[in-house]
Amino acid sequence: MTAAADEDLAAGFDATIAAGDRIEPRDWMPEGYRKTLVRQIAQHAHSEIIGMQPEGNWITRAPSLRRKAILLAKVQDEAGHGLYLYSACETLGVSRRDLMEQLISGAQKYSSIFNYPTLSYADVGTIGWLVDGAAICNQVPLCRTSYGPYGRAMIRICKEESFHQRQGYELLATMMRGTDEQRAMVQESVDRFWKPALMMFGPPDADSPNTQQSMDWGIKRHTNDELRARFIEMSAPQAAALGVTLPGNDLDWDEFWRIVKGGGPCNAQRIAHRKKAHDDGAWVREAATAYARSPR
Amino acid sequence: MNDDHDSAYAGLLVDDAHWAFGEAAHDDPLAGMDTSIPAGVDATELASYCLELGDDALVLAHRLSEWCGRAPDLEEDIALSNIALDLLGQARLLLTRAATADPSVVPPLPDGSPVPPEDALAFFRDDHQFRNTNLVELPNGDFAETICRVLVWATYRLALFERLAAHPDGVVRAVAAKGVKELAYHRDFAAQWFVTLARGTEESRRRLHTGLAQVWGYRHQRGEDAVAEAVLAEVLAAAGVAAPDVGPVATSSHTEHLSRMLAEMQVVARAHPRGRW
Repeated sequence: MTAAADEDLAAGFDATIAAGDRIEPRDWMPEGYRKTLVRQIAQHAHSEIIGMQPEGNWITRAPSLRRKAILLAKVQDEAGHGLYLYSACETLGVSRRDLMEQLISGAQKYSSIFNYPTLSYADVGTIGWLVDGAAICNQVPLCRTSYGPYGRAMIRICKEESFHQRQGYELLATMMRGTDEQRAMVQESVDRFWKPALMMFGPPDADSPNTQQSMDWGIKRHTNDELRARFIEMSAPQAAALGVTLPGNDLDWDEFWRIVKGGGPCNAQRIAHRKKAHDDGAWVREAATAYARSPR
Repeated sequence: MNDDHDSAYAGLLVDDAHWAFGEAAHDDPLAGMDTSIPAGVDATELASYCLELGDDALVLAHRLSEWCGRAPDLEEDIALSNIALDLLGQARLLLTRAATADPSVVPPLPDGSPVPPEDALAFFRDDHQFRNTNLVELPNGDFAETICRVLVWATYRLALFERLAAHPDGVVRAVAAKGVKELAYHRDFAAQWFVTLARGTEESRRRLHTGLAQVWGYRHQRGEDAVAEAVLAEVLAAAGVAAPDVGPVATSSHTEHLSRMLAEMQVVARAHPRGRW
């Protein structure tokens, strides 16, 4: 390919981005754009899969049959989100199998929020309200992201996440109408999750090296601090309606980086769980492959 | 796409009617159904029968939900949760039916407790009060054993539910009519995996034989069923698997596993007998 042809392709890509149109899998794209997308979509997919664990921890102890059904359906949705996102990632030329191995080896990250433990049933509600709420703030703008398969997956995911957030809030609201012990359980859970939820928006803009390039490429639409401020503003009236007090907004970024680097309370446990499920299932996947290849 | 999409998050403070799952108090699984006892039906026997069918579904739903986040691949994780959700739905309807037919089956709770009858039955009975068969309470084992259990159980349950179309109680008939479609899928899912594992690798075939031998002796606990036996024989033939040489397990009580399972399942509910969830 000539340098002139390369320049034409790059100009076409830039024009598509500038017009706010979608890049599709067969379109030419800069290698940096492709790599950034693989990193971001994989990280998002891994977050869905690892995110099944903290809430999944309570499925077998859900205190009513209705709550058990809601929680199981919710965690099942997260597996579904993981599937859409791994599929979107596969359009960029990587396989789900490779991505899973990179998750297990620690080569690719997932959201740090899932490295905190879930210690009471109220955490199921708090995760829906605050964690899914923060995720929605991050993700809704991604419905308009420049890469077509990612944007379309995100439209579906955001609809379901919005539903999840409501179920979380509804659980907390119901518990607040229950006993004193239940109200205390809700407050204690909010106390633990508020600051970690705020950290989900990522480091302050000054310390977020990838933000500018991602915004220029139309992958990211708002800065971390913009989204965080918006989330704080939206959460205040919801907390008041619920009757809980939100802790302050001063964040310990040393803690954030410690957890990102693997030093959180549940990092090792989450990866070990995923690795065990993956290893335990290897013989099943091998059998399915062998059967698919066998003559009928 | 317009910016309204960004405000999905702001819709939280709407009134309760907007909640997708409805207010808990309005969430009677049998809402809108005629729950009077038909002439000629003994209410005590009906309640007892609904507890048997409901407990089977509840306990197996619980076992299958233990797979969530642990299955061999995402597709199987989703499928096993789906089956668990269907069975949980059957359990809720049947336990509620048992309570409406004979309220005396519902364990007493402290005055003012908002716990609905389905949850009183699920979370406040002890192991010896559960009417489920041993087949559903055994631990999951590996994926092969789980597939064998779902195959055997769903095949038997489907044959039974097809006959329940003629049951005198309208609620039981309705539960069965809904359940037939679900169970046909469960049986199909398990049968496909049964054949896949049988014809996959040496290891999968070995594990399948072991899993089948584990559950095979428990399949007659609600009586032998010729329709179900014929279907199972067909699946085994398609897979090239001989029926295990295992006689019916003689038992008149639960296994050791149920009490441990219930300890986990009931722990939060029992800690808050006046709690609202």
